[in-house]
Amino acid sequence: MTPVPAGAPLVEVADLHVSFGDVRAVDGLSFTLEPGAALGVVGESGSGKSASAYALLGLHRGTGARVSGAIRVGGVDVVAASDAELRSLRGGLAAMVFQDPLSSLDPYYTIGDQIAEVYRVHKGGSRRAARARAITVLDRVGIPDAARKSRSRPHEFSGGMRQRALIAMALACEPRLLIADEPTTALDVTVQAQILDLLHDLRRDTGLGLLLVTHDVGVAAESVDEVLVMRAGREVERGPVGSVLASPRESYTKALLSAVPRLSPSPGTEAAGAPPRTPFAPERRSSSNAGRAEDAAEPSTDRATGPAWPAVAEGAEPSPARGAGNCATSHARSAAVPSPRRGSGRGGVGEEPAAGEGLVMEAVGLRKRFGRGRAAFDAVDGVDLHVRRGETLGIVGESGSGKTTLGRMLVGLLEPSAGRVTRTGDVQMVFQDPVSSLNPRRSIGESVADPLRAAGERDDTRIRARVAELLARVGLDPDRYDSYPHEFSGGQRQRVGIARALAAEPKLIVCDEPVSALDVTTQAQVTELLAELQRELGLALVFVAHDLAVVRQVSDRVAVMRQGRIVEEGEVDVVYGEPKDPYTRQLLAAVPSLDPALAAVRRAARREGAEAAVA
Amino acid sequence: MNGFTGFLLRRIAGAVFVLLALSVVVYAVFYVAPGNVAQIVCGERCSPQQVALVHDKLGLDDPLYLQYGHFVQGIFAGRDFSSGTGVVHCSAPCLGQSYRTDEQVTDLILGKLPVTGSLVIGAFALWLLIGVGTGVLSAWKRGGVVERLLTWLTLAGTSTPVFVIGLLLIIILCSTLQWLPFPQYVPFTDNPEQWFWGLLLPWFSLALIESAKYARLTRSSMLETLAEDHVRTFRAYGLTERAIVGRHALRGAVAPVIALSALDAGTMFGSAVLTETLFGIPGIGRQLVESVRTVDLPVVVGVVLTTGFFVVLANAVADVLYAMADRRVVLS
Amino acid sequence: MSEALLTTGAGVVATPAPGGRLFWRRLRAQRAVTAAAAVFALLVLVALAAPLLTALEGQDPNAYHPALVDSASGGVPIGSFGGISGDHWLGVEPQTGRDLFARIVYGARVSLGVAFVATLIQVALGVGLGLFAALGGRWADQIVSRVTDVAAALPMLVITLGLLAVAPASIPRPVLITLIIAGLGWFGTSKIVRAGALSLKTLDHVSAARLSGWSTWAIARRELLPALAAPVITYAVLLVPSNVVAEAALSFLGVGIKPPTPSWGQMLTDANTWYQAAPTYLLLPAGLLFLTVLSLTVIGEGVRTALDPRAASRLRVGTRKQNRAAEAARAAEPGPAIESAKSLEEKAS
Repeated sequence: MTPVPAGAPLVEVADLHVSFGDVRAVDGLSFTLEPGAALGVVGESGSGKSASAYALLGLHRGTGARVSGAIRVGGVDVVAASDAELRSLRGGLAAMVFQDPLSSLDPYYTIGDQIAEVYRVHKGGSRRAARARAITVLDRVGIPDAARKSRSRPHEFSGGMRQRALIAMALACEPRLLIADEPTTALDVTVQAQILDLLHDLRRDTGLGLLLVTHDVGVAAESVDEVLVMRAGREVERGPVGSVLASPRESYTKALLSAVPRLSPSPGTEAAGAPPRTPFAPERRSSSNAGRAEDAAEPSTDRATGPAWPAVAEGAEPSPARGAGNCATSHARSAAVPSPRRGSGRGGVGEEPAAGEGLVMEAVGLRKRFGRGRAAFDAVDGVDLHVRRGETLGIVGESGSGKTTLGRMLVGLLEPSAGRVTRTGDVQMVFQDPVSSLNPRRSIGESVADPLRAAGERDDTRIRARVAELLARVGLDPDRYDSYPHEFSGGQRQRVGIARALAAEPKLIVCDEPVSALDVTTQAQVTELLAELQRELGLALVFVAHDLAVVRQVSDRVAVMRQGRIVEEGEVDVVYGEPKDPYTRQLLAAVPSLDPALAAVRRAARREGAEAAVA
Repeated sequence: MNGFTGFLLRRIAGAVFVLLALSVVVYAVFYVAPGNVAQIVCGERCSPQQVALVHDKLGLDDPLYLQYGHFVQGIFAGRDFSSGTGVVHCSAPCLGQSYRTDEQVTDLILGKLPVTGSLVIGAFALWLLIGVGTGVLSAWKRGGVVERLLTWLTLAGTSTPVFVIGLLLIIILCSTLQWLPFPQYVPFTDNPEQWFWGLLLPWFSLALIESAKYARLTRSSMLETLAEDHVRTFRAYGLTERAIVGRHALRGAVAPVIALSALDAGTMFGSAVLTETLFGIPGIGRQLVESVRTVDLPVVVGVVLTTGFFVVLANAVADVLYAMADRRVVLS
Repeated sequence: MSEALLTTGAGVVATPAPGGRLFWRRLRAQRAVTAAAAVFALLVLVALAAPLLTALEGQDPNAYHPALVDSASGGVPIGSFGGISGDHWLGVEPQTGRDLFARIVYGARVSLGVAFVATLIQVALGVGLGLFAALGGRWADQIVSRVTDVAAALPMLVITLGLLAVAPASIPRPVLITLIIAGLGWFGTSKIVRAGALSLKTLDHVSAARLSGWSTWAIARRELLPALAAPVITYAVLLVPSNVVAEAALSFLGVGIKPPTPSWGQMLTDANTWYQAAPTYLLLPAGLLFLTVLSLTVIGEGVRTALDPRAASRLRVGTRKQNRAAEAARAAEPGPAIESAKSLEEKAS
């Protein structure tokens, strides 16, 4: 390892360019990182943040990417270094933690062996010593019973444990720099908080430098001293994390921050000068009488982004302003009168609608069992819920909570093992993945027209007219009937998916993580579109998501799911403001805050909580 | 470990089921489908009385399920046959009695198995060696002349039927160049050296074709593994290319290849018939062709079931091998 | 029976294959495929025009010419290179003196005809049963999967030999061979279709189609089959050479096509004893068999590459460097799509 001159920066990057063929992923980036400091590189997809991080370890070498500029890491000139020098840098002086911990570890070898192998490459020594070192670092990253766990293979670990193991591997050779590429993106929010706390502790204890690459501003706010906002391969803004997040100078940074959904209940807690944050009017939530579609007084004055739709004033009635209603969709899928039996009262919400009045969907005792025999488990385990006309019910939960299964049962894509769903009117779904939710071989117009054709409409002129109308309604060019999905961006594809859902003229749309695959600015636009459609058409929405902040922004009521059950349900202000269930509290405490000072306070609180739990 | 035992048990149960189903199918096809079995067995010139006698002897008047029952009983408990003058006991596992020679099918097959076994096992070792080696080499040296050459060689290999390549080998090596004697099968117990020389060409003809397939398989499996994320991880941790290819990529890439090769070795017991015919090796394949010509049904059924048994066995072994290499399989 | 290359997985299904025009461009970009296609087209032409060609030569495939072989030496053709002459373009068969050209040309008919028809039947059966298994519910899947398991456990060549022993003589031999090859070789396609359809079924656009109100079979037709076409076609093109070999192997074993119908495999058996005296008699069918299988395999591989969405870099549609760069770019930016992996995990767990 090359000795580093005292006082020299740990990382020095000057005028870095990385291009893949004609694509300039990184276009003139410069920054420095002092020993022990932490820099967050924040950007949306395609901003070149990962490509920059990879360049620090020379990982573009041999891939066909062109790299130019100066990169010095711990005194090593990465661009000019020989292969052997580069190898001793990688893992020795600077170690990398990747996004997906499962695929980043070799499935065939035990965790301990993999860490030991890396250790021996850099430090030599006996196998026994290397194994001992592996156990030490596994213990250091908080893996209980490290000696035994070191003999497990990656698939035997949970997601968070795997990421800890990967961090342990990074620590094995006591590097001076840790490069973390979206280290928590694949993890649940509670696990994310633990990993971020771990990174924080490691920095505090070992003086490790940290370069954190993330799309999530909140994650950066929790973890770094300085933040660098990237866009299209260039630096937009750089500075201390507190000042950049509190008072951004550049308009892109402002837009990015304003698009980030927040947990905070009212604009009052916002930093002064921040633009209006949510696409959803606060009036919606303040009006607690959710039996009505209460958007008649929609103020669309201070809306920063999104197409301006003529707000159609509506009362409790579904929209009469539907387009050419020739394509009769059967609304009689379930003609059953909604049962007067009410959903779970666990949430402790006071108000009750008149029996059956205004309900568009009611689910009673829903259960879904997968597998048989001893392997059987209930993905959804006795859920009662109802959705009233025009309201948005948020369903929030971590992975494995059964929220996706529940959503699929609500629309009828999955048959419940027990219980029943009563729907008044058609129910449609908006899916998570903008790539797989549209058939790549069919034009988007054909996809949108599917519900029309399935309902028996044969007249092509009428179909095209109706599809054009729907495309316009979701903010797309109405003339793009014959375009194919690959010609659209992710956000546009989600709009197409929404248009398809609308084509069946549903009363209720279940949105399964509709924005989780999108960049944050696109996210804001899509949620706003959904809200507008809801106002105009009197739609009810079920919004299934893992992101507590997004759910907070869009929902009237919220149900928190864990292990197939609803642990808490109620008005969104009540649940977020005064959570009753400990799990809800834990979830809320884990959400990264955009305010670094607040983040520090909450980290301390989490730590105390953890210690209290141990004690 | 508990999961693994369960997996093993499930796999064995599955194999037994398949074998039972196979026996039903085979029995139905070969005993039920054709016309007058007694006539076929007795021969064209038999008088009706003789045919009736044979008919009776074979128990063809019994209902089908009873005939099948006897057949299965023979396999598990043995059965008796009348030989005209007396009763011959055929002990389990009894696959019946040859119509032509009255020889017991089980003995007949057991006598031929070592011959086919010699052929298959030798070829198996050879093709794994050549195939996997070539595959790894061409994946490692990708983009170069070596890879292009290997690609075309393996393509030519997979396109040549075994009876063509065997013929060419005999002509070139034994006839034109006279480097090797014409292969002739000698049992290992008689003379190991002659056994080896007699099987050398058959081994190579079988192995060349199979190894071409395995080279391709190994190569693509290797390239897939090299593109996986964990390979990137080890690159980012300073491991040498050799360590990455040799330890991490190879293990992942070769596991499915080994599993598949176990499967192929099982299938080979049946498909070795071509090689046996070409080189005049008296294995079960030759026996089958002979019995097919003479419509000796019990022998045909016996051979089909035996080779089927090897395929099912190989299937199970392949699954278990794969699960041992990659424990994730057990979970799914 | 040569196992068609096994690597045609269902993994291809999830990512869309390039459509029509791009497919042809990518296919033509591979020079070896163009050459193989030309060779194969010629073989097909020869097979189709067999009566015409033999009429042109003025020979009949089944006419004996004892005068053209030397009966003293046991029947070696008189003249150099197996008796090649203006009348007999490729010489004559040893012992019988039948015209080799005519027999080779008619042999191509049998060989290709059997292989093609068998492949068509295999694909039809495989697609039908595969879809039935994937869409027909738990029982349909159980039954088809078990049947497939049993079929896969059958030692094909051995079963074929056995079946040929008991098959009624009234069925014309080529038809029988075709049916048996087809009947024993459908499960590869069915496995691919089943696995592909099952993985497609989990895709959101198929769920959306279900919510639109389409029936199961309408969804199969509109959403599944177009996506399954790529892997099925790829597999089918590789089935043809495997069927060619299967037919030749049976004839080689003496249980396939019966004399006097000419067949390449049968010629190989006969040639086995004549290769020293009349090498052309061996080399012609051997070489043609090799050429047929090789050209079909190259075409099959080409189709696979052209249909493989990940194979862009291996085809020189752009420059090599560009393509490698594009691949690197894809690898470098994982994007936020990781969420979908997470939800998959949720569904699987």
